[in-house]
Amino acid sequence: MSKIENLPTHNDSLLRFMTCGSVDDGKSTLIGRLLFDTKTILADTLTQITRTSKKRGLDVVDLSLLTDGLQAEREQGITIDVAYRYFSTGTRKYIIADAPGHEQYTRNMVTAASTANLAIILIDARKGVLTQTRRHSFLAHLVGIPHIVVAINKMDLVNYDQTVYDRICADYLAFATEIGLQRDGHDICFIPMSALNGDMLVDRGKSMPWYSGPTMIEILESAPPAHSEQAEQFRFPVQFVCRPQASDDPELHDFRGFMGRIEAGEIGIGDEVTVLPSGLSSRVKAIQIGDEKIPHAITEQSITLLLEDEIDTSRGDMIVKTGQAPEPVKQIEAMLCWLSETPLSTARTYIVRHTTRESKAKVGEISYKVDVNTLEQLPTQGLAMNDIARISFKLAKPLMVDPYAVNRATGAFILIDESTNNTVGAGMIEG
Amino acid sequence: MTTLTKQTLSHLDWLESEAIYILREVAGQCSNPVLLFSGGKDSLCILRLAEKAFRPGRFPFPLMHIDTGHNYQEVIDFRDQRAAELGERLIVRSVEDSMKRGSVVLKSADEPRNKHQSVTLLEAIEEFGFDCCIGGARRDEEKARAKERIMSFRDEFGQWDPKNQRPELWNLYNARSHKGENIRAFPISNWTEMDVWQYIEREKLELPSIYFAHTRPIVRRSGAIVPVTPITPAKPGEQVEDLLVRFRTVGDITCTAPVESDADTVSKIVIETATTTITERGATRLDDQTSDASMEQRKKEGYF
Repeated sequence: MSKIENLPTHNDSLLRFMTCGSVDDGKSTLIGRLLFDTKTILADTLTQITRTSKKRGLDVVDLSLLTDGLQAEREQGITIDVAYRYFSTGTRKYIIADAPGHEQYTRNMVTAASTANLAIILIDARKGVLTQTRRHSFLAHLVGIPHIVVAINKMDLVNYDQTVYDRICADYLAFATEIGLQRDGHDICFIPMSALNGDMLVDRGKSMPWYSGPTMIEILESAPPAHSEQAEQFRFPVQFVCRPQASDDPELHDFRGFMGRIEAGEIGIGDEVTVLPSGLSSRVKAIQIGDEKIPHAITEQSITLLLEDEIDTSRGDMIVKTGQAPEPVKQIEAMLCWLSETPLSTARTYIVRHTTRESKAKVGEISYKVDVNTLEQLPTQGLAMNDIARISFKLAKPLMVDPYAVNRATGAFILIDESTNNTVGAGMIEG
Repeated sequence: MTTLTKQTLSHLDWLESEAIYILREVAGQCSNPVLLFSGGKDSLCILRLAEKAFRPGRFPFPLMHIDTGHNYQEVIDFRDQRAAELGERLIVRSVEDSMKRGSVVLKSADEPRNKHQSVTLLEAIEEFGFDCCIGGARRDEEKARAKERIMSFRDEFGQWDPKNQRPELWNLYNARSHKGENIRAFPISNWTEMDVWQYIEREKLELPSIYFAHTRPIVRRSGAIVPVTPITPAKPGEQVEDLLVRFRTVGDITCTAPVESDADTVSKIVIETATTTITERGATRLDDQTSDASMEQRKKEGYF
């Protein structure tokens, strides 16, 4: 496949996915292969990592050097942060979030998962379903990734034996049923693979004629994009209000544009809408992107909405379709991942940022925390970094929320520590 | 679950929408932001994105260029022309003023001034009290950038601490800072060089002429093509030749090299970008080759 045939068009679709696994599972090799086989790695980059591999005394090119970009990572030979990588096939652009797989990096996995629509979970064919497989699957489930690809890698080291593959698939399915992966609408598929030899990645190879399913790249190419699979209710958090002042154009004197990104659903001119939390209703007068007027807008589009009536609206308000309004709430129940080295304090007040809205918040109750390895629910008084817990918060201001399982954008929030301004928690609202 | 075939955004529309969203978050969260504008292709894309984000209103931030004094005149003229067309305020602060003040001291007169932009930038941030600088850096440019946040926190010395970055989840960007601290916001983090060129093509953006193939006197020096200018004269014994070249990136004359190319239109450049075998920085930035970590090092010191 020459690069020129891969020339992307303006209309390529986009898929964001993540890879879960440790270096031992061949994750870096997988990513390296995808980048290499799609001609994303260019000659000078390859020369550079070859040179660095040699300097570190390795006889093969260490493809993890492509993703481990920080000095500290190279010094310690470990991955400490999520890296984002890009490649394109000529029909689709991909953004890979590559997260380190170790237990202490739960927060990085949650971070990477938050923007992914598909997760590749790597299993070493020699080792089968491990504790870390369970952890990665639980986190992918928790963060609501709809498509899960279980890649059973290193098939070359088990003589490409189908019985090994079948047994691991059965083990995984049993476990997936136990944690409710399928029940909750996650789509799971399995693929045998040798990232090292390139079998079943871009090319099928000749070693596994018994597998008739799609290759990895075929799975990626055909995975539905985010927001394409469900009818969604219109959600438009207001980011910014545009009131051109001192304008020479008399038409702009009354211009009042509500700017934001459609987080779910669609909107057209004439649609009846309600502004929350005030509850006042109006109709859509115009939809614009910059100065350009458009008749209709869809999910993930950044637009400016003009309403027929003058309704006092500011950043942090939410515009919805009339009749589809979520009830503003002053208490939320959520699964929370604690991200900070400073433990959670039940005595303190934090800031909840939900869509474009902020409220002060205090912990109500911590019901339990989850052992990410055994998935046991444990009683707890506090939370330390990487803990995941079921928790409730009392809010100073009402928030317009949906359950995370229904809408990731309006069901998610972060917690901010006011003294440091750090982001210390990531929450997913329970229905 | 019912499966629908719903309309979704193309990758360019998605990237555009994400960037607009980020620009509006800066405007909504920060009290005194500024948009860094060099006249280069990435910052020209950001200007178009800012138009889509804020028109018919004015931009909620001024534009600022940190001028090394070693820029191609075509680019400087283009910068001024574009700012005037948009009717937005342009602030220019120069490394040469920092040199006069004594805050920048060059090791030698011909030392590249790119890294010294950090000093001038920090001085300008302090002078105007900016709490956020919007820039056109992309994660695909360089390894240290691949792990940088979209809203990246800098302490009061302008330093980036890669090991202590704020977690960034969903599209909930945290641009809060205390007085004296600073956020660097990167709306086109998720764009590749190809995306930028496709966007320029789709939006029919005008660019400074040096991005397109033109004949220029150059010398060949240890594998690189070095333009011959009053600031970068040929060394004794070097053979000056006229070559058809274009710049893939524009910056300080002393450390930005052109590539041999006959691509004189945006669509030819898109094809050339798709078929090239060398990365943007590898081909053209003479200052990144020193070590694996040179960009990371500069960023820790406050560089963009």
